[in-house]
Amino acid sequence: MLSPLDRKLLRDLARIKGQAAAIGLVIALGVLMMVMMTGLVNTLDQTRLAYYDRYRLAQVFAPVTRAPEPVLARLAAIPGVAAVEGRVSGWALIDIGAHELPVRAQALSLPDLGRPRLNDIYLVGGRLPELGRADEIVLLDGFAKARGLALNDRLIATMNGTRRAFRITGFAQSPEFLYSTAPGEMVPDDARFAVFWMRHSALAAAYDMKGAFNQALIALGRGASSEGVMLAADQMLAPYGSAGSYGLEDLISNRFIMEEIKGLRSTSGVVPPIFLGVAAFLLYIVINRMVQAEREQIGLLKAFGYSGLEVSLHYLKLVLVIAVLGAVLGSLGGMWSGHALARVYQIYYKFPFLVFSVDPRSFVTGFAVSILTASAGSLFVLRGVFRLTPAVAMRPPAPPDYSRSFDLAARLKRWLDQPSRMVVRRLTRYPGRMIGAVIGIATGLALSVASLTLMAGFDETLDLSFNVMSRGELSVSFTGKQTDKALLELARLPGVEHVEPSRAVSTVFRNGTYSYRGAIEGRPEFPVLNRVIDTDEAPISMRREGVILSKPLADLLHLQPGDTLIAEIKEGRRPVLHLPVIGVAETLMGAPAFMEIGALSRVLNEPGQVTGAALTIDEAQLDGLIARLKAMPQIAGVTLKSDMREALVRIMNEGPGAVRFVMLAVAAIITFGIVYNSARIAFAERERDLASLRVMGFSRGEAAFVLLGELAVVTLAALPLGVGLGYGLTYLTVKGFSTDIYQIPVTYSPESFGLAMVAVLVAAALSGWLVKRELDRVDLVAALKTRD
Amino acid sequence: MTDTSAASPRPVFCTKALTKTYGEGPAAVHALRGVDLDIPEGEFVVLLGPSGSGKSTLLNILGGLDRPSAGTAHFKDVELTGMSDAELTKYRRDHVGFVFQFYNLMPSLNARENVELVTEIAKTPMDAKEALALVGLDKRAHHFPSELSGGEQQRVAIARAVAKRPTVLFCDEPTGALDSATGRAVLKVLTDVNQQLGTTVMIVTHAANTAMLADRVIHFADGGIREVIRNREKLTAEQIDW
Repeated sequence: MLSPLDRKLLRDLARIKGQAAAIGLVIALGVLMMVMMTGLVNTLDQTRLAYYDRYRLAQVFAPVTRAPEPVLARLAAIPGVAAVEGRVSGWALIDIGAHELPVRAQALSLPDLGRPRLNDIYLVGGRLPELGRADEIVLLDGFAKARGLALNDRLIATMNGTRRAFRITGFAQSPEFLYSTAPGEMVPDDARFAVFWMRHSALAAAYDMKGAFNQALIALGRGASSEGVMLAADQMLAPYGSAGSYGLEDLISNRFIMEEIKGLRSTSGVVPPIFLGVAAFLLYIVINRMVQAEREQIGLLKAFGYSGLEVSLHYLKLVLVIAVLGAVLGSLGGMWSGHALARVYQIYYKFPFLVFSVDPRSFVTGFAVSILTASAGSLFVLRGVFRLTPAVAMRPPAPPDYSRSFDLAARLKRWLDQPSRMVVRRLTRYPGRMIGAVIGIATGLALSVASLTLMAGFDETLDLSFNVMSRGELSVSFTGKQTDKALLELARLPGVEHVEPSRAVSTVFRNGTYSYRGAIEGRPEFPVLNRVIDTDEAPISMRREGVILSKPLADLLHLQPGDTLIAEIKEGRRPVLHLPVIGVAETLMGAPAFMEIGALSRVLNEPGQVTGAALTIDEAQLDGLIARLKAMPQIAGVTLKSDMREALVRIMNEGPGAVRFVMLAVAAIITFGIVYNSARIAFAERERDLASLRVMGFSRGEAAFVLLGELAVVTLAALPLGVGLGYGLTYLTVKGFSTDIYQIPVTYSPESFGLAMVAVLVAAALSGWLVKRELDRVDLVAALKTRD
Repeated sequence: MTDTSAASPRPVFCTKALTKTYGEGPAAVHALRGVDLDIPEGEFVVLLGPSGSGKSTLLNILGGLDRPSAGTAHFKDVELTGMSDAELTKYRRDHVGFVFQFYNLMPSLNARENVELVTEIAKTPMDAKEALALVGLDKRAHHFPSELSGGEQQRVAIARAVAKRPTVLFCDEPTGALDSATGRAVLKVLTDVNQQLGTTVMIVTHAANTAMLADRVIHFADGGIREVIRNREKLTAEQIDW
């Protein structure tokens, strides 16, 4: 049997259902954002791990020139090694069509029988190649989709100098290639890099690897140190031309996805708390208002003999029911939308399955914040009401006291008419509320500024990358090292205008305990096509006496000009170099180090060697040039700058880059929510005043001024604050969104600030219009005769 | 319905078959059922009658706050019933003062500023100080509503209503929330306004004794006028019993 008070509670809830629903929804949205974002990040990370685990992705990769298979047993005996797999990996060029650039591909071996022990693949369709059928391949699903290839289609590839025809028997996804990037390139592009799998005996025959392998995959036992295993493996494999083993953290695909999850995590740390904070603020104001309206009933209950505690609990229950229902709704909605969003990401990351996992802490935080703000808000108001005797409480409240607050309006007397004075007095009478609204709107503005600046930053990245830094139309990479002769051959091709050599040397950089696996890039003394720039976007010339670090690498290794960098070269004689750092350059993609190409050759003791070149060409002769480039056996890959640019735009717009669109939407909702609610509450509180003005003969516009003037002042005050907050938030989000693949420069674009401010003003105008419409509909007589 | 008035000055209001119905069908409430009435200019008129008898509805229509369902109402030569919203606003601004039971002062403006609210937009207003002096509150001009008693607040409301020198002053239960001494003081102010400024005053009230102050008492019942009585021997506010 419900007590009369509880029955009153249910009826009250039914009575104020509209308002209760509004409060509940605000809470629900805050909790939803929180649960959704943390759920998404958790799910992606858990799915990644589960995918790696189920398809047995190796933790250590050890490339060699050629090692006999019995070495595998010795590798397996290294303490800490749980499983070893040897495979053949070779580079190939796929011929797509006469007028298209050839596509670089990696061919990988599958055991002749059964599935690989490590780095298994997920067969999306078709079947594995049959043993003995050397022309059958399984193709990476992403590439097949990007190129529109079907089962049983033919594929022409040049492997080890020989042109071969293959038949596609299946499509596969692999945890090793969540992102597929051609070697030496930074930007993943499904269409421009392929992976295919063949049976071991077939692939070994193509690359002269019978009874041998050129890549060892190692899985570690529980608690084993990858450093120790890598060291032992490198020693063991040194006689077979080891290029130095590397861990999962240096696997490019894994590095990309980790970076993206990191970016997403940092966003999820910024946006939901802001949303929850705004929800808390709105909740406080609305509940404040609601309890004020119950004042008379509170007096009545106390007059009947209910104690202050009983009545407080009654109202607290009312608020808690709303808060808890809102939080439950938000949690359910958050799980649902987190799941839905994860499905979108699943397609983007090409996960074969999804491990949906939410962080229980996000529920706890969501519930705690909503319940605490709801009860704090109501307790604060209730305390005021309980100070009154029942008799006083049952009378309409006395007019709010304006006599004791700081009277700015009196000081401005000469310049203000009475309606303006009303605006100013109200603002100074409730400074807390005004500051709250100002902060809220400013936060919305700051979010908009940050997301817009981020977009401008993306454009800036593109512009700097492709117009300022990389200025060749075509880049060519050679198969292994070539001599200067290759450059001369390129320069002689019809349509080639200018050739600029480059040399990339795979290197592990170290400084004390900091290390990074990357490459030293050799450039001419005065690069023209692949420029290196400083913070002012001015080109830097290479100097012979040392190395120039990219800003991200310098930060990563905690190095600055004057320090010494240790570079462990991972090819050739594998020297360990101590190089003076002579400068830091701004880069937007990757974290490379630069040296003058001649100086680099000298320290490596390999004079006149190049690994690639940048070209400017006569675009009219592109088709002919492509045909000739394809015919050159020393060319491993050719990339058009325009293709790379498109790929970069795609990465920035899809997947985590797309979060900035969500951020913009959230910013708009928050801004509008705060502006509109501030206006609504001001209207509710002043309905009678406004009706009085109308009765006195003030026109609708004049009466609205008193209401909207307040909104205008609050909005205008929020603009400078929002701009300030925007600067800070921009910095944070840009850092969060910058990844290993691309760095976004922190550019303060005035357009972003302008646009965000316009958006806030439009939100204010729209809210004003909506509230004014209500004001126009007010029943003057009813408003004046009802007690507050 | 009888009009026992003798020859009067020209009417400030004149209604013909004024009808107001709220709602439709069986649930319809007939607030006014065809009221014909002339109110002469400069009179002090009291409308008496039980709750729901239609007196406030009439006041609201004459004051430009509401529109009739049928019939006509004229203010002098102008037909109120045909006015647009903007015209009604202008009518209220130029000709009408209102006083309500719950004062309805702006809490954020002090007494003088509340009056100035009106004088700033009126055509030929009196000085705000003068208006407050009229209600005996010139000494408290700088007090905010929260610092004033109920009676004082109501007097500020009256000062605010008369400061524009309105043609008509409408008062809906002006003493409803006040004790007798304060109520009497407020009525005194209203009679003063009527006599000194020549403003037509129309008061809706439950308090029958207020009728003793009136030139004309209109009794309402069931949405119509039951009788109109001309008061030959008006009392002053000090003289009436409460």
